[in-house]
Amino acid sequence: MQVLDLSKTDLREVNATLQAQRADTNQTEWVIENPRGSHAVAVGLDAPISVTVKGSTGYYCAGMNKLATIHVEGSAGPGVAENMMSGTVIVEGDASQYAGATGRGGLLNIKGNASSRCGISMKGIDIVVHGSIGHMSAFMAQKGNLVVLGDAGDALGDSLYEARLFVRGTVKSLGADCIEKEMRHEHLALLAELLERTGADAKPEEFRRYGSARKLYNFNIDHADAY
Amino acid sequence: MDKTPQTLPRQSWTFSNEVNSEIRRAAATGIYDIRGGGAKRRVPHFDDLLFLGASISRYPLEGYRERCDTSVVLGTRFAKKPIELKIPVTIAGMSFGALSAHAKEALGRGATLAGTSTTTGDGGMTNEERGHSEKLVYQYLPSRYGMNPDDLRRADAIEVVVGQGAKPGGGGMLLGQKITERVAGMRDLPIGIDQRSACRHPDWTGPDDLEIKILELREITGWEKPIYVKIGGARPYYDTALAVKAGADVVVLDGMQGGTAATQDVFIENVGQPTLACIRPAVQALHDLGMHREVQLVVSGGIRSGADMAKALALGADAVAIGTAALVALGDNDPKWEEEYRKLGTTTGAYDDWHEGRDPAGITTQDPELMKRLDPVAAGRRLRNYLNVMTLECQTIARACGKSHVHNLEPEDLCALTMEAAAMARVPLAGTDWWPGKPGF
Ligand SMILES: Cc1cc2nc3c(=O)[nH]c(=O)nc-3n(C[C@H](O)[C@H](O)[C@H](O)COP(=O)(O)O)c2cc1C
Repeated sequence: MQVLDLSKTDLREVNATLQAQRADTNQTEWVIENPRGSHAVAVGLDAPISVTVKGSTGYYCAGMNKLATIHVEGSAGPGVAENMMSGTVIVEGDASQYAGATGRGGLLNIKGNASSRCGISMKGIDIVVHGSIGHMSAFMAQKGNLVVLGDAGDALGDSLYEARLFVRGTVKSLGADCIEKEMRHEHLALLAELLERTGADAKPEEFRRYGSARKLYNFNIDHADAY
Repeated sequence: MDKTPQTLPRQSWTFSNEVNSEIRRAAATGIYDIRGGGAKRRVPHFDDLLFLGASISRYPLEGYRERCDTSVVLGTRFAKKPIELKIPVTIAGMSFGALSAHAKEALGRGATLAGTSTTTGDGGMTNEERGHSEKLVYQYLPSRYGMNPDDLRRADAIEVVVGQGAKPGGGGMLLGQKITERVAGMRDLPIGIDQRSACRHPDWTGPDDLEIKILELREITGWEKPIYVKIGGARPYYDTALAVKAGADVVVLDGMQGGTAATQDVFIENVGQPTLACIRPAVQALHDLGMHREVQLVVSGGIRSGADMAKALALGADAVAIGTAALVALGDNDPKWEEEYRKLGTTTGAYDDWHEGRDPAGITTQDPELMKRLDPVAAGRRLRNYLNVMTLECQTIARACGKSHVHNLEPEDLCALTMEAAAMARVPLAGTDWWPGKPGF
C-alpha cells in the first residue's frame, strides 16, 4: 500500500503520481492522508487502481475518473466524480451540489445525502444515493440511472432526457417534462443489481420510477410554458 | 382627371416592411425566429476608425524589405506548453453538428497551413478535426457534450466558454433535423430531437468556483495546456478582471456581431455590446491588474479583414478570432448557389438559416449529399489564402505606422470618424484631439 500525505506532498505531486499509474501497475492500493477539504483530489485517474481518501474533500474529487476506484472516507464537496467515464467512486459521508454532474459512465455510490443538482446533465453514469437528494436533481439528465433510497427535493428531473430515476421515498415535486412511469421487469432487475453492487439495504419493489414524458423533445408552441 | 398632386406612398420607418414581415411570420407560426450569423444591424465598428499613418514625426518601414513580425504566443502565464502562432488570427470555436465534418476538416487544414490554431465547439472533438489541425483548442462548454479526459489531453489548449457575443447569457439549440446518428452519439442523446445546450455550467457558478474548475482542468492535464476563458461582450471590464482572477491564461472576448450557429434573432440583435465597445474596457482591466500581455486577449465578433485585425491589435488585443469570415472563405453564401438560395426564400449574402441543415454550400449541414459539395482540401486552401491576405493587410498598415511587429500598433495610431466610435475606442475624433469622456475635458 502506498501512502500520499497531502499535509506533506503538494496536490500536483499527489495527482501526478496517481495519474502516472498504468493498467499493469503493481501498486494498486493507494491511500491519501490529510485531504483536509482540498479541491481536485485524485482527478483524471486512468488505471484500475484503488485510492482511499482518509477524510473529506473539496470540489471535484475524482473528476473525470476512468477505471479507478476512489473511496472517500469523509464527505465530498461540490462536483464529486464530475464527468466520470468509468470506475467507482464511493463517498462514506454526504456529497455537496452537482454530485456526478455530466458523468458518462461508472458508478457513484453516496452513502449519505447528496445536495442539490445531483446527477445534473448526467450522460450514462449510475448514481446511488443512500440518503436523500436536493432540488433540481437530474436536471437535463441524458442517460444513466439515479437511484435514491431517501427522498428527492423540488423539480426532480426537470427537462429530463433518457436517464432513469428511481426514488424510494417522497418526491417533493417533479420538474418540467418529468413523469412517473411504470416499473417494468427490466427496471426491477436493473435496480436489484445496482442495490446489490452498492450494498444498499432496500428492495427494488419499494421504488418508483420517473422518466421523461418526451414532450419537450421537439419544439412545440403549445408547450412553450414548460421551456 | 383629378390633377390634385399626390404624396408618394410613405413607408413607416418604425413599421418597415421588414418589421411587418416578422410580425406576420410570428403571428402565423407562434415561435420566435431562429437563425445563424451575428447581429445584422449597423453598430459602431472598426469601419469607424482610421489609421493615421506615418508623418515627419513617425517614420514608416519599407514594405517587403523591413520586417514586420506577426507571431504571437498564447498562454504564457501558467501553461507549460503555450501556443505559438505565426499569425495573430485564429479560427473561433464552431460546433461539429452545426458544421459538417468536411467543414471542420477544412477549417483545420486552412488554419494549419497558415500557421494558426482552430477550435472545437459544442458537440465535442472529431478525429477529422484533431487530425487536420496542428493546433487545436478544445472548448469546455456548459453542455459538456462529448467531454472526456482523453480529448482534453490531446488538445493543445482548453477554452472554458462562459459566453458568446451573439448571445451573452444564452444557451444553444441544435434542431432535430440536424441530429444524425453520429452527432447524437457524440452527445449521448437520441437521434432527431432538439438538443439544447445549457446557458450555465452544471458544476460551477461565479468566479470563485471558476478558479477551482480551472485548477481541476490543470490538474487533469498536468498544467501543460493554456486555459482560455471565453466571454460574451456583456460586462467586459469585470468579466476580464474576474477571468484573470480565476486563473485564465487567455481571455477570449466576443462582441455582439459575433456569429452563432442558431440563436433567436431577438437575442442576436438586442443583447450584448458591439465588439468595438468591449475592447478598451477589457484592456483597461488587464492594465489595472498589471496583466496586459501577460494574460493574452483574443478579440472576435465581426472581424473581416487585415484592417479590422490591425485596429483590434492597436486597441490592445493580442490576437483576433474569426468565425463567419472563415465560413465565407470556405464557400458560405457564395453567389454560385443563388438559384438554390432563391428556392429557400433568400438570396446570396442573406442566407442565415444555418440551423435548418439545408445549406446549399454544404457547410452548415449534416446532409451527406450537401456535405459532398464542400471539398475540404480546396476549401482549406481558400481559408489559408484568406488568412494570409488578412495578415499581409495588417502588416501593410503596421509598416505604414512604422511598426516592426503588429503588436506595436497602439491607440495613438488611430482616429475615429464618429463621436460614438471615438467614445468607445477612446481615440480622438478625426481632426480633433478629443474624445467623449477624455480625462481633462
Ligand atoms: C456556425 C457557428 C457555430 C458556432 N459555434 C460555437 C460554439 O460551439 N461555441 C462557441 O463558443 N462559439 C461558437 N460560435 C461563435 C464563434 O466561436 C465566434 O465567437 C464568432 O463566430 C466570432 O464572430 P464572427 O463570426 O463575426 O467572426 C459559432 C459561430 C458560428 C458562426
